[in-house]
Amino acid sequence: MLCETMSPSRRAVLGASGALFAWAFMPRYAKAARGRDARFVTIILRGALDGLTAVPPLGDPDYEALRQSIALHSEGANAALPLDGFFALHPSMPNFARLFQAGQACVVHASATPYRDRSHFDGQDVLESGYEMPGKIDSGWLNRMLIGLPKGEKVAPGAAERAIGLAVGANAPLVIRGSAPVLGWAPALLPPAGDDLALRLMDLYSRRDPRLAHALGEGIATGKIAAGLDKGVRGGPGDPEGMKHLASGAAKLLAQPDGPRVAALAFEGWDTHAQEIGRLGRLLTGLDGAFAAFEQELGPSWKDTAILVATEFGRTARVNGTEGTDHGTGTTAFLVGGAVKGGRVIANWPGLKEAQLRDGRDLAATTDLRAVAKGIAVDLLGASPALLARDVFPGSERVAPLSGLIV
Amino acid sequence: MVQSPDRIGAALALSRFGLGARQGDLEAVSSDPRGALQEEITSRIVPSPSGEELRPTAELLSEFYAFQAAQKEMRERKAAPGAGAAVEGSPQAPMSADQTGKAEAMSSSATMESERAAAPGATMPVNGASAAKPVIPLPQRVFLAEAKARFSGTIHVPRIGFGERLAMFWANHFAVSAAKGVNVRIIAGAFEREAIRPHVFGRFADMLLAVETHPAMLFYLDNQQSFGPNSRAGQNRIRGLNENLAREILELHTLGVNGGYTQDDVTSLARIITGWTVVGREGRLGTPGSFVFFANAHEPGDQRLLGKIYGDAGFEQGRSALLDLARHPATATHLAQKLARHFVSDDPPPALVDKLAKTFKVTDGDLAAVSTALIEAKESWTPELRKIRSPLEFSIALLRATGAKPEPQPVLGGLYAMGQPFWQPAGPNGFSDLLDAWASPEGLKMRMDIANAAANKGADYFDPPEFIETRLGPLLSEETRAAVGHAESRAQGLAIAFMSPEFQRR
Repeated sequence: MLCETMSPSRRAVLGASGALFAWAFMPRYAKAARGRDARFVTIILRGALDGLTAVPPLGDPDYEALRQSIALHSEGANAALPLDGFFALHPSMPNFARLFQAGQACVVHASATPYRDRSHFDGQDVLESGYEMPGKIDSGWLNRMLIGLPKGEKVAPGAAERAIGLAVGANAPLVIRGSAPVLGWAPALLPPAGDDLALRLMDLYSRRDPRLAHALGEGIATGKIAAGLDKGVRGGPGDPEGMKHLASGAAKLLAQPDGPRVAALAFEGWDTHAQEIGRLGRLLTGLDGAFAAFEQELGPSWKDTAILVATEFGRTARVNGTEGTDHGTGTTAFLVGGAVKGGRVIANWPGLKEAQLRDGRDLAATTDLRAVAKGIAVDLLGASPALLARDVFPGSERVAPLSGLIV
Repeated sequence: MVQSPDRIGAALALSRFGLGARQGDLEAVSSDPRGALQEEITSRIVPSPSGEELRPTAELLSEFYAFQAAQKEMRERKAAPGAGAAVEGSPQAPMSADQTGKAEAMSSSATMESERAAAPGATMPVNGASAAKPVIPLPQRVFLAEAKARFSGTIHVPRIGFGERLAMFWANHFAVSAAKGVNVRIIAGAFEREAIRPHVFGRFADMLLAVETHPAMLFYLDNQQSFGPNSRAGQNRIRGLNENLAREILELHTLGVNGGYTQDDVTSLARIITGWTVVGREGRLGTPGSFVFFANAHEPGDQRLLGKIYGDAGFEQGRSALLDLARHPATATHLAQKLARHFVSDDPPPALVDKLAKTFKVTDGDLAAVSTALIEAKESWTPELRKIRSPLEFSIALLRATGAKPEPQPVLGGLYAMGQPFWQPAGPNGFSDLLDAWASPEGLKMRMDIANAAANKGADYFDPPEFIETRLGPLLSEETRAAVGHAESRAQGLAIAFMSPEFQRR
């Protein structure tokens, strides 16, 4: 009889479904570099962020002519926020500006993945898979990095279902999908089904459909951790409130002593082909709010946190015919968190003259995003450069980790 | 010749190629499942959504233009000193002040609007102390009517629903998003009715032309604002080129990302389709809200696309380019791969993809012939259920299995919660067709919550053990029978049935 074999608690059942949770024996990863209990968050901006609007190079003499009606200015209404005299910041990002001044945020400009075509979907594949070419979509670099992190102390008894990775949102971003165990969390919108139904389905799936069992088991496990986060808040990943909500939920999980340590989120809607000013203003407000939510909810863990914000590629240097920009190459990445050595714009600035633009149209890319990710992995999480070049970003031996990003 | 009943084939026809079994469908189809599928192709069974709100695109957009003008006028009247009270109480006012504010927020922020629209119950404005009956703004009213015409209409009509499944497939292939703005929201359903459904068993080239000239696609991918830099209008420096639609035609709609085109081809095609736009409110170029070729915005001159020169023949330049793209070998392969992946498995057998691509080429893109090739291929009938139903397919299977025809809001809310908000994919590549995208921890947990809610409603109407025999029959495992049979309540048994691997997969 089913009711006799049913264990009294969910935890016992989850623990009993052995094969599923083989990873339970994975040791807690290092309180790695410098003995800190680090948190690492990757935020993917889907649609290609216009780095020249997010962090406009107001000091570049060619900027204003290229941007015309969508150029930002250092004075007047809606003035850009000052950063370092050459670069400024979109006015929708006051939190980032504050963190920048406090040395807890920096910009990596004119950066890009190794992808050099202009398809969003291939570009996102490269950004998230960590491979140089699109089409390899079985796993993401963040997930493969989890597998290779140095082992630390053993998992505490009772924390058997703990996973290090956390996928946020209704669709897990590719960057954190893969064979390493990852928890999933998305804001709940319905009254949750009872524990008993979940247990019975776990039992059925574990007999008939391991793939579904695996997914449901993790969903239940995280749902329990995340209970109470969802009261009356709504918002999707392309909406400012939604971004803050997703960030806040992720941060609460990351802040828990036995919670995950590495999270991936994806925010949508950055494909600004037309009327870019208004749309980016809203989206950057959401991103900026997400930073504030992380800072607030992580509390004491903020000092050990680094958040990397990256997008698949940049946009054309010139404004297009519809007050927007088309698909391009170089763009900006953001680094935020108490563990970040901030207060600077890292850029090997390629310039904006016709001959300096890639194909005469795009901001050229002079910094490889993989160097940034690697630098954080090494200095914050204690990953080995050899592992990063081999498994995490295959074929990237010549892309050295960018050092000095972490305090 | 009398055939022995093919019960497994019937179950596969209904779940893999259809919308899911209703009471009695398994028996009705089991004498000849493939014949029943072929009959839906031959008879062109693609039901037409109907309802009084479901009007042609130009009518809907005309009404939308008037709606926008009324809103603007009301805002101005409200802004005028001393006019506020009169507007609030006016029987002529199409909306309350509160709703006007809501609609303003909607038009200025597409994603916020989709958020409200998709969240359960969110379309009912809370009207404070006012006792007035809430009025749903026009674009959302039409969107809800379109959804209802499907979830309570077309999906319940066919025995199997292969044509309806193909309509969903092609609408996702040629995705537009209602989150782009209220102008797309109001015609997202009309787009599917006008550009997709008529061609599901017709010619791909006709579907492609219908799609790329539809106002929904022109709005969604910005082509209505793309002007040839050397056109008369472009020379006046009103506007310039926007290559959004051109790129997605090549990358997503026809050749595929590895289809052999370059950035120059993208730009060329963008120039070729300049002037493809939508008639505005004033109707200077034709019927307001209809497609028009606006010669003044069209980039003059010949264009080279994929090595071929297209002479400047106005609209014909783009039409002939699209016709060539429709019959390009890369298009055949790209579409064959997507169809096989959608219906059969994430990594479809190459033999199946070859058969579909060959049929596409030989018949010059006859989608009925391609559909027949799909159901005739032995690779399509593996008994193993490799795919998981997408949230949309799961929701429809639930509605059919239970015969439920609810108001659209809860269905839309469920789709949103499961990560597939109706007609609102995150990008022009549509929703994912891969197992990993949907068999995720959070996705399955949402499904469980939805199955639980549906089961609580259906518990009075169904006997769970009987329900699974008639809906899943030959696919059922003993484990699922046991789990349903031993449930502690009818509701729980039904929830387990909805969540069983046999119901979730196809």
